[in-house]
Amino acid sequence: MQLYDMPDARGHFGQFGGTFVAETLVEALDELRVMYEKYRHDPEFLAEYAYDLKHFVGRPSPIYHAKRLSDQIGGAQIFLKREDLNHTGAHKINNTIGQALLAKRMGKPRVIAETGAGQHGVATATIAARLGLECVVYMGSEDVKRQAPNVFRMKLLGATVVPVESGSKTLKDALNEAMRDWVTNVHNTFYIIGTVAGPHPYPMMVRDFQAVIGVEAKEQMMEMAGRQPDAVVACVGGGSNAMGIFYPYIDVPNVRLIGVEAAGHGIETGMHAAPLTANSPVGVLHGNRTYLMQDADGQIIETHSVSAGLDYPGVGPEHAWLKDIKRAEYVAITDDEAMSAFHNLCRTEGIIPALESSHALAHAQKMAKTMSKDQIVLVNLSGRGDKDINTVAKLANITL
Amino acid sequence: MSRIQTTFATLKQQGKTALIPYITAGDPHPKHTVNLMHTLVKNGADMIELGVPFSDPMADGPVIQRASERALVHKVGLTAVLDMVKEFRQTNQTTPIVLMGYANPIEAIGPTVFADRAKAADVDGVITVDYPPEECGEFVKELRARDIDPVFLLSPTTEPKRVELIVNQASGFVYYVSLKGVTGAANLDIVEVSARVASIRQQTNLPVGVGFGIRDAATAKATAAIADAVVVGSRMVQEIEASNDDNLLENVAALMKELKTAVDAA
Repeated sequence: MQLYDMPDARGHFGQFGGTFVAETLVEALDELRVMYEKYRHDPEFLAEYAYDLKHFVGRPSPIYHAKRLSDQIGGAQIFLKREDLNHTGAHKINNTIGQALLAKRMGKPRVIAETGAGQHGVATATIAARLGLECVVYMGSEDVKRQAPNVFRMKLLGATVVPVESGSKTLKDALNEAMRDWVTNVHNTFYIIGTVAGPHPYPMMVRDFQAVIGVEAKEQMMEMAGRQPDAVVACVGGGSNAMGIFYPYIDVPNVRLIGVEAAGHGIETGMHAAPLTANSPVGVLHGNRTYLMQDADGQIIETHSVSAGLDYPGVGPEHAWLKDIKRAEYVAITDDEAMSAFHNLCRTEGIIPALESSHALAHAQKMAKTMSKDQIVLVNLSGRGDKDINTVAKLANITL
Repeated sequence: MSRIQTTFATLKQQGKTALIPYITAGDPHPKHTVNLMHTLVKNGADMIELGVPFSDPMADGPVIQRASERALVHKVGLTAVLDMVKEFRQTNQTTPIVLMGYANPIEAIGPTVFADRAKAADVDGVITVDYPPEECGEFVKELRARDIDPVFLLSPTTEPKRVELIVNQASGFVYYVSLKGVTGAANLDIVEVSARVASIRQQTNLPVGVGFGIRDAATAKATAAIADAVVVGSRMVQEIEASNDDNLLENVAALMKELKTAVDAA
């Protein structure tokens, strides 16, 4: 039984989280909260969800002992939770299935989503196709250019992709635009948020749907190693894969939880996406209160990361809380460090990791070096890197 | 009595409806804002809603979003907006100014400091789009302690029980958003709005302003017949966007006159 019992009834994690939205959205969020409460413990709903995770996604995803990598590092044993092996190639599908099944039960024929790198958009388009729901995905026009293959995948799956031209033309602007759509079409539309941010109940709901990662990992670690890891490491943009693997471990003593943010060109340059590591101030954006990258006027500032999935100025409110209560630690890895870990995993283990996950790998390698050979670091390999080959090639000045 | 209360009381005696134009501070350029405010008053504004630019205006449509972007090019933030209000007050001590914006610029300095500065600038009311009453108890207390009116939005989806919660926190007036969707959306259903306003009136004695979707003399007149105040936002900002430095004040004055005539004829 979990002792940790967050958030409160209105979605607060201490001072973080909450429901900071325009009045027009309040009723829609109330409806969603009530429906989610109704179904989150409903055996029939959970059975349907479990069936899809098994037969459509291919769960459980394995845990893999990266022996050659561990030997190369010469320290702790590195284990990988293989979310990259899921259908659509990342952890995002765990959540989109849960929310889409809820949309269906709520009688909403249309789903919308925001996406940065395109992984959440693809995962939403995928389940929408499977359930016969209309699907519209908002994506910053910069990201549309950077992630052309994913845009095409969404279109193949029957989704409409809307490029967003406002603001910095990236993930946060896509989120703004999706919110605007939802306000306008709330009667027939379900907004599938991809990360543990947004207004209550999203941070809690997305965490719950992603918690399957940690639940499986706890069992699998016992089977494979006879014990739990010394540390669990996951990358954090909004933080959904990290919350998914952290949550079931929160009450397990002696397991360090380490979230890895994107340091971009370096925290000191200001060109990063690491609000927790950089000690950014608390603020309100996208419906919740959390640590936020902003200027003195409270304007949200532009972020930088080589990985589009981590390129977000805020962080899920539960991460802000776990940082404050010191249950989780947060560090940051630069673009260069992540790239180097990316190439290293390709060559030592035959696995092409997502650039997001490469941040977690880079930190795991750093810390493993300082640990003994009988210790274990479990890395959430949140996605595969096929989507990133254009970015990687471009950085190496290679034309594909 | 606050400036807002006085304004509504006076208009009521005259049997008139308030006309409240919205402009975004710093749009199209900070040098114009105070002049624009005076122009609005000279041509019939009973109160002004002054938008505080924000980088992520989630509840606004493209028109007001672009206004925010134009203002942010010149780094117009909360401090600059309050300075504009101070400058306006040097020659106008009677027209109420209501700031409209998002929570984060307030969070950045904290509700107490914000309330102090707003009071020092002689602001009369504040609308914070993403501060629903459940999340801003302390903020409302700080405002009311300084006789600044916290103004809240009511939407077509707001249940009567929530209307009660909101009107208990609000003062000055309440602002009924006549459409689902973002600012600047289309098609106002005046019959539905009329029914909703009547039902809101059963729950509060506060004046009821109506905005979103008022785009010409006809919609302004129809709204004026059922509301205590008519708020014109996107249409006003469109006029600003379509103007240049030479005809800006003239165009805004012409639009205001047209709206004022319509509102007074209701």
